[in-house]
Amino acid sequence: MRAPVPATTVFRALLARDLRVVRREIVSFLVRTTLQPLLFVVVFGFLLPKMGFVQRGYGAALLPGILGISQALSSLQAVALPMIADFGWTREIEDRLLAPVPIRLVAAEKVVAGVIQGLVAALFVLPVARLIMGPIEALNFAHAGTLLGITLLGSLAFSTLGLWMGTGIPPQQIGLMFGVIVAPMIFLGCAYYPWQGLTPLPVLKYAVLVNPLVFVAEGMRGALTPALPHMPWWLIVAALLAMSAALWTMGIRTFERKAVS
Amino acid sequence: MAARAVEPAVVVSSAIETRALRKVYRTPPPGMASRGKAAGPVEIVALDALDLQVRSGELFGLLGPNGAGKTTTIGILTTRVRATSGAAFVAGVDVVTDGVAVKQRIGVVPQRPNPDRSLTILENLVFHAAYFGIPRPDATRKATELLGAIGIGDRGGAKVDQLSGGQQQRLMIARALIHDPEILFLDEPTVGLDPQARLDLWDLLRRMHAEGRTIVLTTHYMEEADRLCERVAIVDRGRLLACDTPRALKARAPGGTLIELTLEGEATGAIEQARGYPGVLRADAQGRVLSVYAERPGEVLAQLMRGLEGSGRAVHDIHLAPPSLETLFISLTGRKLE
Repeated sequence: MRAPVPATTVFRALLARDLRVVRREIVSFLVRTTLQPLLFVVVFGFLLPKMGFVQRGYGAALLPGILGISQALSSLQAVALPMIADFGWTREIEDRLLAPVPIRLVAAEKVVAGVIQGLVAALFVLPVARLIMGPIEALNFAHAGTLLGITLLGSLAFSTLGLWMGTGIPPQQIGLMFGVIVAPMIFLGCAYYPWQGLTPLPVLKYAVLVNPLVFVAEGMRGALTPALPHMPWWLIVAALLAMSAALWTMGIRTFERKAVS
Repeated sequence: MAARAVEPAVVVSSAIETRALRKVYRTPPPGMASRGKAAGPVEIVALDALDLQVRSGELFGLLGPNGAGKTTTIGILTTRVRATSGAAFVAGVDVVTDGVAVKQRIGVVPQRPNPDRSLTILENLVFHAAYFGIPRPDATRKATELLGAIGIGDRGGAKVDQLSGGQQQRLMIARALIHDPEILFLDEPTVGLDPQARLDLWDLLRRMHAEGRTIVLTTHYMEEADRLCERVAIVDRGRLLACDTPRALKARAPGGTLIELTLEGEATGAIEQARGYPGVLRADAQGRVLSVYAERPGEVLAQLMRGLEGSGRAVHDIHLAPPSLETLFISLTGRKLE
């Protein structure tokens, strides 16, 4: 009788497969996930300030939010889109579900791959955005470690959201759901304005807290422009951890329901 | 390990065993959505107390029409479908409690090829091997060998989409074999293949079998079960109807050639008349179809035609079938396989 394969070996192989695919499709991956945020940078961080419609300082408030959106979209799509296709029609994930590990490890690997892709997107957008916007006085790279931590936590929240959306939503409704969930999430995610700015609108201010992007954007703001107002750290970290845990719990249930009939 | 050697051979030799295996789908399973009755929660009994035993090293066929429960059976045995009740063991391992150990011992070829289209042909095999802990150099060597064996040795770097349907099907078999499983499952492996590709696939399966591997395949082609398999289980509506060698099964088929006559009206009234002719072994009716088993089909057919027309029953269609698994299936269920 053969010795069982260690789960870590299988996990590494699954991750190697996803990273191979990302490497092969890196251009389309970066375009898909960062074009929209970068266009926003061009308009609000470069064109409008140049025309005098927007104050010069807006760039500093904008960049952290743009980073948040890039990694959110990357992680979410990295996990959700292949799953929708896999469970909807291609069944390509079947060969991985037959790997000699519990199937939740396959889901966990997808989430980890999503986190890595969120990180890659953030690393790509940050220098490009800085280049387009020009020097930003308030920008502070002294907190690189904090920035990395927030990026990882935020990507985790959006990867688990991707797991849940990719398996919990019927394939026929996926276009609608992306419109109904993703678009409001981006525009009400405090990415283009600090959360503090919502104080005159208390209902909206507290309603947006269901949105993980709020905490990612606030965290990015805290790391990149600590002088500008942002949420306390403990709240950002606690919220992202709690949301990731909740989304994983919901996502793994729907994943297992799709994977085993 | 040491204890294993002294166990009675009969225990070791059972590659697959199911006991009263049952599966009820609460919602229609994929592909069966249109069969559900009107709105509301639908319960479909895909498997109803299936008992099955496959010996080690056997080439075993599950024969039945679409919807018989074949794919569900394979699904349960390969851990991809959760049984509602009953027990299933693969290579002596309980499918329900130790799915991981089962997955390590099996290779699965799905009904519809589902290669990983983001990877090249060679990578499809190498990564699948990696999921089973096979080191990369070994995996690459084995993959190259397998691609050669299935006749696409020079296409390793190409995209999967460039392969024909038959080649993709063979790639699925290569993928299922790369980790050297004890038991190979194939779900309707020859559906959609042209006749030559089907024969090639049969040859490939015979070679795998000659190497001592247990092979379980499902099919709704009577000829495939008959010519390829050592033993065949005939299933219909989630139940096992018969299980034996093709030869023994054919011997159980009602003797003689099956003459099927489609009449203008209800055929029940013609049964007694048909039984009256010399050479008729048995006659049944279902709807407008009169089924007659006869020793001398030519003679009996002529008598039947004359007699039926004489008594005012117009015959619309005639079908003759020699004794086969098909005629056995019809005699067991009253319906055709396909």
